[in-house]
Amino acid sequence: MIIELPQVGESVTEGVIGKWLKSIGERVERYDPLVEVVTDKVNMEMPSPVAGTLTAVLVSEGDTVPMGAPIAEVAVDGETQVGAPTSSPTDDSQAVVQPAADRIGTLLKNVAPVGPTGSGGPISTDDPGKPSRPSRRRRYSPAVLRLAEERGVDLDLIEGTGLGGRVTLKDVRGFIEQSEAVVVETTEQAPSPQPVRPDEDDERVPLSPVRRMIADNMVRSATEIPQAWTLVEVDVSGLVSRRQAVRDDFRDREGINITYLPFVMKAVAESLKENPLLNSCWDGDAILYKRRINIGIAAAAPDGLVVPVVHDADAMSIAGLARKIDDITTRARRGQLKLEDVQGGTFTLNNTGVLGSVLSQPLVNFPQAAILTTEAILKRPVVVGDGIAIRSMMNLCMSFDHRIMDGAEASSFINSVKRRLESIGPDTGVY
Amino acid sequence: MREEMRRDDSVFVMGEDIGARGGVFLATEGFVEEFGDARVIDTPLAESSIAAIALGAAMHGMRPIAEIEFADFIWPTFNQIVGEAARVRYGTNGKVSVPMVMRAPQGGGVRGALYHSQSAEAYFAHTPGLKVVTPSTPYDAKGLLKSAIRDDDPVVFLEHKRTYRLVRGEVPDDDYTVPIGVADVKMAGEDLSIVTYGLMVHHCLEAARDVASEGISVEVVDLRTVRPIDRQTVLESIMKTGKALIVHEDTKAGGIGAEVAGIISEDAFEYLDGPVTRLAGPEVPAMPFAPTLEAEFMLSTEKIAEAIRRLAAY
Repeated sequence: MIIELPQVGESVTEGVIGKWLKSIGERVERYDPLVEVVTDKVNMEMPSPVAGTLTAVLVSEGDTVPMGAPIAEVAVDGETQVGAPTSSPTDDSQAVVQPAADRIGTLLKNVAPVGPTGSGGPISTDDPGKPSRPSRRRRYSPAVLRLAEERGVDLDLIEGTGLGGRVTLKDVRGFIEQSEAVVVETTEQAPSPQPVRPDEDDERVPLSPVRRMIADNMVRSATEIPQAWTLVEVDVSGLVSRRQAVRDDFRDREGINITYLPFVMKAVAESLKENPLLNSCWDGDAILYKRRINIGIAAAAPDGLVVPVVHDADAMSIAGLARKIDDITTRARRGQLKLEDVQGGTFTLNNTGVLGSVLSQPLVNFPQAAILTTEAILKRPVVVGDGIAIRSMMNLCMSFDHRIMDGAEASSFINSVKRRLESIGPDTGVY
Repeated sequence: MREEMRRDDSVFVMGEDIGARGGVFLATEGFVEEFGDARVIDTPLAESSIAAIALGAAMHGMRPIAEIEFADFIWPTFNQIVGEAARVRYGTNGKVSVPMVMRAPQGGGVRGALYHSQSAEAYFAHTPGLKVVTPSTPYDAKGLLKSAIRDDDPVVFLEHKRTYRLVRGEVPDDDYTVPIGVADVKMAGEDLSIVTYGLMVHHCLEAARDVASEGISVEVVDLRTVRPIDRQTVLESIMKTGKALIVHEDTKAGGIGAEVAGIISEDAFEYLDGPVTRLAGPEVPAMPFAPTLEAEFMLSTEKIAEAIRRLAAY
């Protein structure tokens, strides 16, 4: 009999086959641990549903297979190899579930002879106590799919009343009405996080596509990435005076203002080179290190936030970065960004200081590893040596993907940025 | 027609037996007495010449209403209407227009057999430059006919013979018009939309009332004009109900239903919750004479109700 990977959890769709606990030819008792299965919910030892001899292993260790996929074959006790009719193929009471054809193409050993009317096929010897899993794939009309998508309805939850159990538009509408009624009821009992009944004088403004995209990305970031947060204080007095010193000359030569941002970006790019883990992303079962250092800048655009990217920021001088930043932020404000301007970012820099913020907790720009904010530069009394001095201070805040790195790597990076910014002095060149 | 002839001297009628006889269906009864035989012209039994004379008069500023006694005899006018009248405005760069109306009674179910039962709308509706009107109610017929007479382009006006005596409805005395190219929702509903025109509107309404007791809510859209088709009204209805049943007496292949189905699939695909379904006459060359066979050929309230049930259950 074919052993299938059982459904082990509500939302679990696949599992990784771990170690096989029985080898081919070995005797297996019912409920004997057969194989280790690792899912995103649980790790377990899967018991054998039958007693017999393990005759074939269909999935090797480390492979990922969907729930219900055949993983092994067991020659069941008391069954001769060639189709002893333990259950008659004409027995309608139990549907014969044909296991999904496997890529490997295993030879079905346990097969009833093909009868004159084409009957026969693999015999189902499933434990009668186990409900057979209907593998009926449902088809939906365009209207049903559209409404379900608009309203976020899971069609699998709806009982179809149409021809052959088809889910009709009416069924979906009824389902939505019902679930809305439930939501209303629960809001009456306890305040729900989703307000569903706006007041009459409220204005409902539909989302723009950009807003929608930002929202989706933020939700992904907040729900998929376990984010940790850190903050360092940076003494940027040297940076402030250096920038002051080169400002006029720079404007005359380049025609643009030099801000603090290119200095910061330079420091970030160098620190990323030093800490490549910060310039990576989570890839399910691996960490993807990005070779290029492309730093996005969160910028305000007419219809919402955009993050234009300075590609290969590590290859540019401070002046080059200043020009590039001026170019993309200007075009962002005018809504003139091109697709390539917003693609390929590997790290994000957010200058929340211009908004007057001294402390912020940004959300990582999915799927990057971290996001750094530069807060407002304020003159503050600071202890220097044994005296108190007035220094220009700036906070650097960072949120990072805790799956990819731990506090040590994050601190190493942010302190590297701090060190570089604090070392800016009269000798720091911009070209 | 009488009102339009009183209102506008350039309007005149012509056709077989329309004078002293008052028309085979008495549509022009008393006209020759009121307007004289210069404006109520009995023509020889030659349809091609009726159309050709009307076309010539229209090109010179008159507004002829040419009657073809039965649409079954309209085919000899095909060259004049499709080949010429439809293309005059385009061919003269807009300098000459053809403000003529071709009236013809059509349709079956009147024991008329091969030569008094045909439906002609699909042939003309294919032609850009023509307008094709198929009224279903007395109110619409008057309003649409006035619009057709006042229209500066050729209009083929096809009246179903059975609606002459079978359908009664209020018709105001005043001078109102019903615009060409605007459909009418004759019954509002939620579960499925019927798109139809002409006599079938009434069968569909009856069927819709029958199935209402079974909990099926049907919307009935009367196209009123089959060229141009009122896309907006059709699409709005389908977007609401998600299911379309198109009903016409004319045979199915290449008929008006195909065009309506095309419009729906092109522009309302994402709103569809069932197959766009056509219920139409059988692929048989003509209406049979035997009453049993005629009944089989014609769509009926029962057949429509059955199609509604099937589509509603889908």
